[in-house]
Amino acid sequence: MNIETRREQFHAPNVVERLLSKLHIDIPLFLCLLIISLLSFVILYSAGSQDIDLIIRQALRVGLAFLLMVVLAHIDPYQFKHFSAVLFGIGIILLIAVFLMGYTGKGATRWLDLGFFRFQPSEMLKITTPMMIAWYLADHALPPRPMQLLIAGVLIIIPTLLIAKQPDLGTAILVASSGAAVLFFAGLSWRFLLAIFASLSAFTPILWNYLLHDYQRARIITLLNPEADPLGNGYHIIQSKIAIGSGGVYGKGWLGSKQSELEFLPESSTDFIFAVFAEEFGLFGCLGLLTLYLLVIGRCLYIASQAQDTYSRLLASSLAFTFFVYVFVNIGMVIGILPVVGVPLPMISYGGTSIVTLLAGFGILMSIQTHKKFIPG
Amino acid sequence: MSRKFTIKDNSEESRLFLGRILAAFALILVLTAGLIVRLMYLQIVGHQHYSTLAKENSIKIEPTVPSRGIIYDKHGKILAENTLTYSLELIPEQINDLDGTLVRLKNLLNISDEKIELFEKLRKRQKKFTGIPLLTNMSQEELAKFAVARPFFHGVDFHLRQIRRYPYGDLAAHVVGYVGRINEDEMKELPIAEYRGSTFIGKLGIESAYEKELHGITGYSEIETNVQGRPLKTLKEVNPIAGTNLHLTLDMDLQETAYNALDKFNGAVVAIEIKTGAVLVFVSRPGFDPNPFVVGISNPAYQALQSSPDQPLYNRALRGLYPPGSTIKPFMAMAGLDYNVVSAQQQLFCPGYYQLPNSQHRYRDWKKTGHGSVNVSEAVTQSCDVYFYRLAGMLGIDHIHTFLQKFGFGEKTGIDLVGEKAGLLPSKEWKMSKKNQIWFPGETLITGIGQGYHQVTPLQLAKATATLANKGKIVKPHLVANRGSENASQEIIPLKPANISTVINAMVNVVHSNRGTARSIGTDIDYQIAGKTGTAQVAGIKQNATYNERQTEAKLRDHALFISFAPADNPQIAVAVIAENGGHGGSVAAPIAAKVIKQYLGNQPLPQPIKPIPANEH
Repeated sequence: MNIETRREQFHAPNVVERLLSKLHIDIPLFLCLLIISLLSFVILYSAGSQDIDLIIRQALRVGLAFLLMVVLAHIDPYQFKHFSAVLFGIGIILLIAVFLMGYTGKGATRWLDLGFFRFQPSEMLKITTPMMIAWYLADHALPPRPMQLLIAGVLIIIPTLLIAKQPDLGTAILVASSGAAVLFFAGLSWRFLLAIFASLSAFTPILWNYLLHDYQRARIITLLNPEADPLGNGYHIIQSKIAIGSGGVYGKGWLGSKQSELEFLPESSTDFIFAVFAEEFGLFGCLGLLTLYLLVIGRCLYIASQAQDTYSRLLASSLAFTFFVYVFVNIGMVIGILPVVGVPLPMISYGGTSIVTLLAGFGILMSIQTHKKFIPG
Repeated sequence: MSRKFTIKDNSEESRLFLGRILAAFALILVLTAGLIVRLMYLQIVGHQHYSTLAKENSIKIEPTVPSRGIIYDKHGKILAENTLTYSLELIPEQINDLDGTLVRLKNLLNISDEKIELFEKLRKRQKKFTGIPLLTNMSQEELAKFAVARPFFHGVDFHLRQIRRYPYGDLAAHVVGYVGRINEDEMKELPIAEYRGSTFIGKLGIESAYEKELHGITGYSEIETNVQGRPLKTLKEVNPIAGTNLHLTLDMDLQETAYNALDKFNGAVVAIEIKTGAVLVFVSRPGFDPNPFVVGISNPAYQALQSSPDQPLYNRALRGLYPPGSTIKPFMAMAGLDYNVVSAQQQLFCPGYYQLPNSQHRYRDWKKTGHGSVNVSEAVTQSCDVYFYRLAGMLGIDHIHTFLQKFGFGEKTGIDLVGEKAGLLPSKEWKMSKKNQIWFPGETLITGIGQGYHQVTPLQLAKATATLANKGKIVKPHLVANRGSENASQEIIPLKPANISTVINAMVNVVHSNRGTARSIGTDIDYQIAGKTGTAQVAGIKQNATYNERQTEAKLRDHALFISFAPADNPQIAVAVIAENGGHGGSVAAPIAAKVIKQYLGNQPLPQPIKPIPANEH
């Protein structure tokens, strides 16, 4: 108790600050996310053939996701830590349930049909996997010992394989990288990282020949030579490059996208929305958007660096890094430097599933930032 | 809520962690820089190039739909072909006043309300920037009228389109099936690249079962277009690869004979070439005309087909379930001999009915006065029910189930059509799991004469007959030739040759002896037909009541069945016939099978049994 009073002597908070601390909201992060969300409505309006209903539906989802973020921000990080293993276990059980009796759509089995709506358990693992790994490593001395690394590796691989088998390569990559990020931030030695990188390269032929589905192989071939398959996968890449390139430095202006309007650009409001953005707002717009993303990531890494316990640090930094992976994989695929995997542009693509998970993650980050206790020393 | 301290160096950990944060941020910056470099490359260096592609002259990838494989019968007669017709198509997105345009078109071309309704139905299913047909198969007059008024109809135009046509109409509809417009559900499951541009997909029959091969591989052309999307010139063309032509084993002459022979009866005829499993006849009557389904059948027409009491859309040969009736008796006789519960000579007495011990219920024979003492051969020939009640009782349901299963009863035949029914071969386990009841001895008895729970499809019956004729070598029916399935299975049901000839001789006597139930068809041929009649009850008959065929309403009359193969000494063809509500197997179903057999063997040079040529004879 006297610790709290001592703190107030250093810095007497005004009314607004007191209110905000009651709300457990991190203002810089919240503002950045709000700006990106508003920007997303602007782009969606153009990409979705100026359909106002589409914007309203999306706004509703974003609103709900923000609400969830604020709710999670109120929960003490200790609670997250406490329930990490349980939540991870539930996630794995649900994934197995999907494997055994999931709903199949578009050739993939990703959903559990709960009657009134379809639930996608793999989304949950994007958060519970880093929680689990952080929980597992937090109470031991860091950097982790080889045995711990091995166990953590297994814990990451189980959900990754279950999700990759659905098949949902995009989500599998995000889950794997969220877990791997925890290991990195926990101080995995550089030499070990190098060894993993080398063995992964050696693993590539096996991955290519046995683990990838035909359509996944096709996408990688398409990346290297999009002209070989202009009716199928190559079509996306060819058209998105035309859209982005024709945008130039200044862009064609809002609602100026010709490619999505003429239906040249498929999935223009979901996975390929960045192409529409780049066409309309040009290189400057892209730099602006990337800056916004970097601000979010930077703030999250700052929160991680200020976190007071190991669990919070590891989880916060992993969530921040995964957000970047999200951005990088999506933009990389749209501009034709990465294969087409189904990863939406975070906070901007149309759809509710990914935004709920993303904002849940930011909720946890805000909780970490706003539940600090003053520790002397 | 105090923080848990373990033995660890916190300051060292913090330092390590901060280092990692900085390293991660550096990595993020480097990768972001990579993205920016690529963006600069596209948007600055490549801007001119991509602008040309996008703005002034857009390159459109136009898919070229491959022409669908043609389906032929055994003798090269066309069962499904592609014809070129003009169709009038509307692109809703380009039409400002769609309703007004429709009214104007209606007045201009005298379009019926039915067609407008169909158009509206299609419009809901298709994307608004694609052409939706209002008229198909346009006449010269319609073309001329529209051509004059064409400038006043923006977004409406006629196009030359390939339309699938089925020259034989209802005769082969249940085999060939039909194609129809791809609906949204199908669109989701289809490979996008392969079906870009395709409008049709096989919905039924061979068209559906062999969709992948019939469809072919889509080609494309890169077309340079101006801002309005008008094509300027073709830059590159990759030709489509046409779908594979399919040659069916079906013999359309035979098919027609069988279809006409059924005449006023609903029913099915299936004929199989025994040596290969090739299906020669696959009739389900009534059929339906598949042609309207291609362009989209109107609602009233579809309702009429749906609600017709004759159920023309129902594939009786593939999915119709009937009790086998007495046609099961040759197989039961085989089972009795094989399990050694009766010998070929052993006689059983038939007083005209059979009673289980301690039961008042009389299981009746169709012949009230009884058949007297009969052996297994006579029992088959005269179709004695009492003999088979007793035989079934001696075998028990377990043996019956095991034996009949070997002939494929209760299982799909695996024919290359979609939607086959497996029928039902009852067993104790089945009854317990499905009805939660134990098996009663009386049920074994009626199973012995093909009544009760046992249900077969006409195709199954033909397959089992062919397998019997093939001396137990299992025949696998198929419709598409040259699939390697011809050099068929080596699966053999182990049967004693003596027992086989006993049963086959009994079946020959059904047709060729003066007491046989199908003796009317055995004349005017120089070979022998082996057969078995059957009558399957539709309505149950009360104890003490008599069945009077004349008084029974047509729909309650028994189904007439007949299974047969010929020539008996060197079987070539097996035929199964079911005439719904036909009454007697011998008088109605057997002549239908005989027509098929006689036509087939009449046109067919009979292969001589191969005799080894003595070496010294020239």
